[in-house]
Amino acid sequence: MLESKQLAAQRGAATLFSGVDFKLAPGDALLVTGANGSGKTTLLRIAAGLSHAVRGTLSWRGAAVAPLDPELRAAVMYIGHAAALKDELTAEENLASLASLHNGVATSDAVRGALASWSLERQRALPSRALSMGQRRRIGLARLTLVPRPLWILDEPAAALDTAGVALLCDMLGAHLAQGGMAIIATHQDIGLSGPSVRGLTLS
Amino acid sequence: MTAAAGELGGIPAPGAWRGAAWAVRRDLRLALRSKAELGVQLLFYVIVVTLIPLGVGPDPALLRALGPGVLWVAALLASLLALPRLFATDFADGTLEQMALSPHPLPGLISGKIAAHWLATGLPLVAASPLLGLQFGLGDDELVVLALGLLLGTPTLSLLGAVGAALTLGLRNGALLALLVLPLYVPVLIFGAGAVDAVRTGMGAAAELSLLGAGLLTALVGAPLAAAAAVRIAID
Repeated sequence: MLESKQLAAQRGAATLFSGVDFKLAPGDALLVTGANGSGKTTLLRIAAGLSHAVRGTLSWRGAAVAPLDPELRAAVMYIGHAAALKDELTAEENLASLASLHNGVATSDAVRGALASWSLERQRALPSRALSMGQRRRIGLARLTLVPRPLWILDEPAAALDTAGVALLCDMLGAHLAQGGMAIIATHQDIGLSGPSVRGLTLS
Repeated sequence: MTAAAGELGGIPAPGAWRGAAWAVRRDLRLALRSKAELGVQLLFYVIVVTLIPLGVGPDPALLRALGPGVLWVAALLASLLALPRLFATDFADGTLEQMALSPHPLPGLISGKIAAHWLATGLPLVAASPLLGLQFGLGDDELVVLALGLLLGTPTLSLLGAVGAALTLGLRNGALLALLVLPLYVPVLIFGAGAVDAVRTGMGAAAELSLLGAGLLTALVGAPLAAAAAVRIAID
């Protein structure tokens, strides 16, 4: 259960947003929309416990949490703009390395399976520098299948993905929510996620 | 809160060792993939040390007196050369964020990064130093103490440098890192070069080497915590 009360963020002297309230129960998703520069990424980073809010509180399972709180860290998977991939490593090595960093399943079979489910089996042994933007994004998202976490925080997950990739993402999100997971997604495009538990939040 | 207390307490949590092992494995693999960068740093050390005898002339007594200082100053500069890469690429590609968000304590992960950095950049300097010391006509005892001193001193340089590298993350001015870190290197330089001089004058280097060891232990405890605090500020 992630809850925010009256969150506010500043960039320099300008207020990005203020008074942001949301509440995520198991099975809920929050779609964050807003113009460029409205603070979507900042809100997601605050929710992930990476950045601190200027005002307001964030609480996880009923307890207020500070940035990098261990309880929240153990529950969250944050996938931001930067894919955290190393150009020198292959797709498989990158994915295995990130999965084991987060104490996920990093066996060779599991990693290959995750790559295959994102249609990357042929790129498995390619260095990441040879991959396209969409393929790099797919490796980042493949991490979600290897590291089970209740709270997914995804910043523009559909950026650079093709239609098949967006459909796959939507299926994964649907399955995650059906299992009682939670998700916060910042997006510009319609990723096809709908249902009574999907709410919107527009920053202005 | 409990984990933070565990990080600051005397005995690191098991997660810290697992995180450190992860960072060592990953960074060493990355270093081995980009061998050219590794070579550049060692080559820089060899070239700087070789230039000095060419510059000051072939007087054996002068070279022997200059040798320890030259070898140590060159080691300082060479280790500085590799420092900006320690965190900057991980910062730019989002890896540092993922490390901060991982279940492992950040100081443990950073200790692992520093260890890998030293193995890739400091250890080759230690290994090459006896050979380079021959150019200055250093005796056997002096060569041994030179290598021992570098073995104790270069990890301290990596640890102190990591704090500087973390503090200057996100700044465009690369020279600031050198200005910040070089003054911190001064004690290591004094005791490191002093150890070799002490052997040459027949006094024995135990005191200097002990101080270098004490410096290493202090840096080992404090530097990863300081660097982790600076990294947390940089990614906020």
